[in-house]
This record gives sequence, structure tokens and C-alpha cells, in this order.
Amino acid sequence: MKLSSKIYSAIVFGILFAPILVLLVFSFNETKSLSVFSGFSTKWYAELASDSNTLEAVRNTLILAASATAISTVMGTAAAVGINKLRSKWYRAAMNVVTDIPMTNPDIITGISLMLMFVFVGRLFGATASLSFWTMLIAHVTFCTPYVILQVLPKLQQMDASQREAAMDLGCTPLRAFLKVEIPEILPGIITGAIMAFTLSLDDFVISYFTSGNGFETLPIRIYGMTKKTVNPKMYALATIIFFVTLTLLLISNFVDSSDKSKQEKID
Amino acid sequence: MKKSGLRKASNPYNAALAPYSVWSFVFVVVPLLFIAYYAFTDNSFHFTTEHIVRFFTAKSNVIQDDGTTAEVRTYVLIFLRSVRLALISTAVCLVLGYPIAYIMSRAKERTQKTMVTLIMIPMWMNFLIRTYAWMTILQDTGILNTLLGKLGLGPVHIIGTETAVIIGMVYDYFPYMVLPIYSVLAKLDVKLLEAARDLGCNSFSVLRRVIFPLSMPGVVSGITMVLVPSISTFYISQKLGNGKFFLIGDAIEGQYVANNLHFAAAIAFILMVILLVCMAVVKNVTARYVYGGE
Repeated sequence: MKLSSKIYSAIVFGILFAPILVLLVFSFNETKSLSVFSGFSTKWYAELASDSNTLEAVRNTLILAASATAISTVMGTAAAVGINKLRSKWYRAAMNVVTDIPMTNPDIITGISLMLMFVFVGRLFGATASLSFWTMLIAHVTFCTPYVILQVLPKLQQMDASQREAAMDLGCTPLRAFLKVEIPEILPGIITGAIMAFTLSLDDFVISYFTSGNGFETLPIRIYGMTKKTVNPKMYALATIIFFVTLTLLLISNFVDSSDKSKQEKID
Repeated sequence: MKKSGLRKASNPYNAALAPYSVWSFVFVVVPLLFIAYYAFTDNSFHFTTEHIVRFFTAKSNVIQDDGTTAEVRTYVLIFLRSVRLALISTAVCLVLGYPIAYIMSRAKERTQKTMVTLIMIPMWMNFLIRTYAWMTILQDTGILNTLLGKLGLGPVHIIGTETAVIIGMVYDYFPYMVLPIYSVLAKLDVKLLEAARDLGCNSFSVLRRVIFPLSMPGVVSGITMVLVPSISTFYISQKLGNGKFFLIGDAIEGQYVANNLHFAAAIAFILMVILLVCMAVVKNVTARYVYGGE
């Protein structure tokens, strides 16, 4: 790499990581100051651990993300299998469009559109508060599923169809052939898709903001509430923890992906 | 007979797809229709265009920089500001991001992998927190000014200006510009570059005549992926602009909080229409630069 390239990359990556570094460092600050580091302390972490509202939000976020991931992974994988075998061009084009919409629409449009429908349907049934855990779950499944499909579909397309046929020639039922042959083959795609769904759900603020209600608060919504006032550095502690959790997930998904690729290379 | 046999063969696959087809119709297509429905109805769901008209005609007084007040069209102004800030942010992302994508694509394979991971890591920190971190850095008594003070440079006032909002947008959406451009550049056939050189191109004309046109698909998706979220964001401007630069996303959120769902839907509807137009323009303009197409 040329020297000028090295310098430019260093500057760009420096700026990219500066805010993260700031949060990390100041989460261990003794005082509330955000510009002067006066001494090392873990008191903000201790304070965070005793903040029951935040812990409740963490629990809610995890429950929501786990449920949304489970549903969108199963539905998305099944959908990918179906789309892969679609004969009708028209149906396939329609599926491409509806899969694209949640990924390309601005979050605020997705959030508002679902909220309007939930409120309308809620009113039809005479409910006063129509937004709850369930509406958020529906919203999260809606924006997570396309990412699962996008991860699984290429794996299905790469697969050698004769393997499945061989299994069936050897006496497998179609379902058994699917479970024994196809699933192991596309598993890396399913895992990457599930991890993506999980992290997207954990991270989402805008869509959750419009579809949440009835006291069900996730972590990003709580952070939004906290940053409206002057912020307590315990939020920095929280940000640091979230950062390392998502980083770990990212590294795991990278590992799954690259071990799958090296396996492929060995086969080739 | 034959027909039923065919049916049997394709049935399990259609059955696997059915839940998702139904789901995406009910929770993707129908909700979008609800935006249009709410945008064109009043509180008792009778047809009206008053919300759309209000968007274009509502007026309010603003205090200008020189202290005088002026009457402006509230939402039209907000809207134009959103578009302007989003376009500036997108341009900055492109100018800063293209070189880094290019550097990445020419690096050794291992370095490439590391750089992609490094670019992606900030994306996995919640954007509320990233934006908040910038707020603390850019504050008048924040880290930036403390550092500048130590270097003997005067304090700079950034927080609460449009510059701060642009910094926030560029930072938050930068990876969305770099990654698509990188993925196109990484697949570029080196032979083409060598051929251009053999035929007498210097480095700059190789870049201008070969690399840049071929990377256009990546540039287009980068522009789309930065423009769409930055035009519709509603948090960055509140935090970094001290609430002085209302954007279209803030307007939608404000109407939602005030429970004016029909007007919120009208603004969202107009945003959707404008975005579709923008995307069509981006595609059209860039298509002219792509020789031969795909």
C-alpha cells in the first residue's frame, strides 16, 4: 500500500472509532465530566447493575429479539426453499418486490405504516391501547425475515440438486431428504441469517419506537428516553457492554461464514 | 390426471412459501396502503386533501440570522432543508468513501477482510449512541475543544449548527457508502486496468475512464443507502442541531407524538413519493455513465 493510502486509511478509521473510544474511556471515568478523564472507576457499571428499569429493558429486548429471530428464521428459511422452486415468473417477481420493500424503505415509513394499521385494527375491535409487545414482535419479524431469505436463498441456489435426488432414490421421503440433505447444506446461511435477524432486532430503534406501547420498553427506546435529558454516564457503561456483545456476535457470524467457505474450497 | 400429479409435486414448496407470502402481504403491502388511506382522510375517515394541502401551505414565522422575522412555508422549508442536508451528507460520504473503498479493494486479501470488519464494527453500535457520542465530542466544552485548546487553537462552535447535523449523518451512514462500492471494485478484472494502461492511459485516465464507470452500480447503491436514511432521520438533528433544524423525520415524529396520525401519514406519504422520484432520477442520471450496462 502506498504511504498516502496508509495515511488516508488511518485518518478514516481513526475518525470511525473515535466516538466509540470516547464512550469506552469515559464509561470508566470517576466523575460525570465528558471532556476530562480524572480517574478510573467502575461505579457507573455498578450503578447500571442496580438500575431496575434498564435491566427490565434489557430483558424485554432479549425476549423480543429471540422471539423475532425464531419466527423469522423458520419462516424465512421455508420461504427461501419455496422461492427457490417457484416456477411462476410473476409470483417470483412479486416475492422479490415484497422482500425488497422492508429493506429499502426508510425505517420511519415502515414504522409509521405498521403503526397506522395496528391503530386502525385496534379501533375496529374497540381497544384503547392497540400497541404492545405483540405489535412490536410483528414489526420485528417483518423487517428481519427478508434478511434471512437473502442469506439462505444463495445457499440453496448453489446446492447440487442431484444430492437430494440421490437421497430420494435411496428411499428417503421428500421431507426426510430435505431434513437430512438440504438443511445441513444450507445451515451456514440459516445461522448467518439468524444472527443478522437477532442483531437487527436488538439494534432497531425507529420501527420499535412507532410500534411499541403499553409499557413494553426495549433498550433502544429506553436509551432514547435517557438521552432526552442530560445523560448519566451509566449510559456509556451500557453502550460499552452492548458494543462488546454485538461485536462478539459479528465475529461469530464471520467465523461461521469463513469456516463454511474454507469447507467449500476443500470440496472444490 | 396429469394436472393433479403436477400439483402434488409442487405443493410442498408452495406450502413452505405460503406463510411468508401471506405475512408480507398483510404486514408489508397493506400497511403501505394505510399510509395513503390516512393521508387522504380526516378523523372520521372521510376523504379529504386538507392534510396534503396543509403540508404545502402551512406558514409560520421564523427569526432569521439578522434578527428580523420572516414568514415561511413551514413544511416546505423543513422538506427542502431535509433534502439539502441529505444531499450534502451523501456527497461528503461519496467523496470520502470512494477513496477508502478503492484502497480496500487494492489491498492484500487478509488486509481487505480486516478493513471490511473495521468498517462494519461501528454499524453494530446503536445509532442513538453513536450520535450521542458525537454530541459529547462536539460540545462547546467537549473533547474536541479541549484538545484544540491544548494545541492553542481557539474553541470552535459546532454543536447546534448544520455542520454538526451533517457530521452526524456522514458518520452514521458512511459504511453504507463504502461497502457497496468496495464490493464492486473488489470484483473488478485487473486485466481491464492493464489493458487500459497498455493502450496509453495514465493512472488518472484509468481511474476516470475505466474504474469509475465500472464501479457505477456500487456508487448507485451507496448513494441510495445513504440518501434514504439521511433524508428521513429524526434523531440526529434533534441532538446535534439542538432542535433548531427540524427535518422531515422530526416533523413526522412530532405529529405522531401529538397524535395527529392523519397529518403524520400525509407527510410520510409525500416523503415516499419524493423518495421514489429521487431514486428514479439517481438511476437515470447514473445509467448514462454506465457503458453497456450489465
